[in-house]
Amino acid sequence: MSEYDVTSLVGGSVGRVEKRFATLAEPPHTLRLECGREIGPVTLAYETWGELSPEGDNCVLVCHALTGDSHAAGYYTSEDQKPGWWDIMIGPGKPIDTDRYFVVCSNVLGSCMGSTGPASIKPGTDEFWGMDFPIVTIGDMVEAQRLLLDNLGVKRLLSVVGGSVGGMQVLEWSVRYPERVASAIPLATTCEHSALAIAFNEVARQAIMADPAWNEGAYHGGPFPDYGLAVARMVGHVTYLSDEAMRRKFGRNLQDRCSLTYRFEPEFQVESYLRHQGRKFTERFDANTFLYLTKAADYFSLAQAWGGGSLTRAFSRAACRYLVASFTSDWLYPTYQSRAMVQAMKKNGLQVSFCEITADLGHDAFLLPSARLNSLITGFLTDTLARVREGGDAL
Amino acid sequence: MRFDLSVIAQWVEPGARVLDLGCGAGVLLDHLTREKGVRGTGVEIDEEKASAAIAKGLTVLHGDIFAEIADYPDQSFDYVILSQTLQQVYEPARLIGEMLRVGRRGIVSFPNFAVWYNRLMFLLLGRAPVSRELPYEWYDTPNIRVIPIKDFRRFCRKKGFAVRREVTITTHHHEEEGRVVTFLPNLRASYGIYMLERFAER
Repeated sequence: MSEYDVTSLVGGSVGRVEKRFATLAEPPHTLRLECGREIGPVTLAYETWGELSPEGDNCVLVCHALTGDSHAAGYYTSEDQKPGWWDIMIGPGKPIDTDRYFVVCSNVLGSCMGSTGPASIKPGTDEFWGMDFPIVTIGDMVEAQRLLLDNLGVKRLLSVVGGSVGGMQVLEWSVRYPERVASAIPLATTCEHSALAIAFNEVARQAIMADPAWNEGAYHGGPFPDYGLAVARMVGHVTYLSDEAMRRKFGRNLQDRCSLTYRFEPEFQVESYLRHQGRKFTERFDANTFLYLTKAADYFSLAQAWGGGSLTRAFSRAACRYLVASFTSDWLYPTYQSRAMVQAMKKNGLQVSFCEITADLGHDAFLLPSARLNSLITGFLTDTLARVREGGDAL
Repeated sequence: MRFDLSVIAQWVEPGARVLDLGCGAGVLLDHLTREKGVRGTGVEIDEEKASAAIAKGLTVLHGDIFAEIADYPDQSFDYVILSQTLQQVYEPARLIGEMLRVGRRGIVSFPNFAVWYNRLMFLLLGRAPVSRELPYEWYDTPNIRVIPIKDFRRFCRKKGFAVRREVTITTHHHEEEGRVVTFLPNLRASYGIYMLERFAER
């Protein structure tokens, strides 16, 4: 998912990995969604690294962000140019050490990256779900992940970790299934979207829906609303960076020319960069899926879902220890939002560590190499495992 | 571990709930967690120190002491520790009040400004004392207050903080050896360490 060329700070590669698929909620069961509708069977794509201990106490669930997928570490083939999106964090000797932990990353329910969603075929038909697909929530995604872990024989998570929308799943896990989570690491995330974040998502959705090719979501068979999807990605991309990062990376530099053209062509480097990112995105992602996933993120409100509007009451359900981290230049989910969740955790007597990491790379900082983030996660997971093995209580 | 910290560590019972304000890289908290099984949380404003403490597996909040302590419900802790930070605090009375709100007891330590060599330096050289305990020049010091032991005792009486225990020590900063001073502590001790309670609970 990451478009950065990153090199790892520590540790080795997990090597080759295979994407696998789990079929869940098979008849007679169904998955009951928060919107009231039921679906089933449901497919989730997932990948695993490392081994589950005989005691079953070393599983770390990694939750991906908005348009990410199950491929968090390693390579599919020997010709692969890039490893999984969090290869810097997951591997032997890395903070999420695959020699010590059994690491699972699943693609979320509703995504087009191998799971059941608007881009998959409606069971019993030969048609795509499209906009008939029910609205799924972060809670529904966690519910599907829970079914997957049941299938894998994982009863309790040593930790659940993720950034951004992945961090929302982390928070949801800790409150929805407190007895199954020993620790949680929400990174660069929020307990609910600000108006600003919803606004950007709405602009992105409108870009897709205003594309004539979108055709109320019934575009399968083509042409695809690639233009709208590319613009949606461009909007998103701006929110993942920061003023400082963009200034340093592009400034007002011109692309492939030395003077202005006085025409509406891409002239500035930042323009051609965004167009490139938008175009690249249309090659791997589905427009309807983007609508659904942004909606799920906008709907997410831990306080509304579990606390009758009170975040403190929502966290009164939790029983795990937390490591919360935010980044100074993240203007999509600014530090004050992380502090709000930390405050609610403290009011409930929960053990929580918090660090605001200095980084000028904006919201995307959690995907990039950071010695600081590495040391935080390494220490936190090591200590949590030791505590779990000492007495079964991570607190 | 520093001598002053080991004195504080002796005062904390095993298994206690501890809040360490200005915990730095977590030396005391680490000791209390490993040796005494306390359930501890630290607060540290410096990102590097806070992250170093978290990396040790400690529970630490990167943030401002006043902001972080305000979130805790009354009597959340058995001990709230403020080790060698009082001289840098803007509203010491309010902070100690907060410490005794969220904690049953507060432990406060600070360098004694009235120690004889500070007096001598001021008297003989006519210059602001620079010592091992307060190694800063007037223009670069984070220490906004000077605290003689005698004045701290008066302050506690005036503000209604009950001194449960007092140990005055002389030690070199960052050294593990030191001894307790009982005779003329305001003149001879380099540090004062106090366990405080609210008068109301006496």
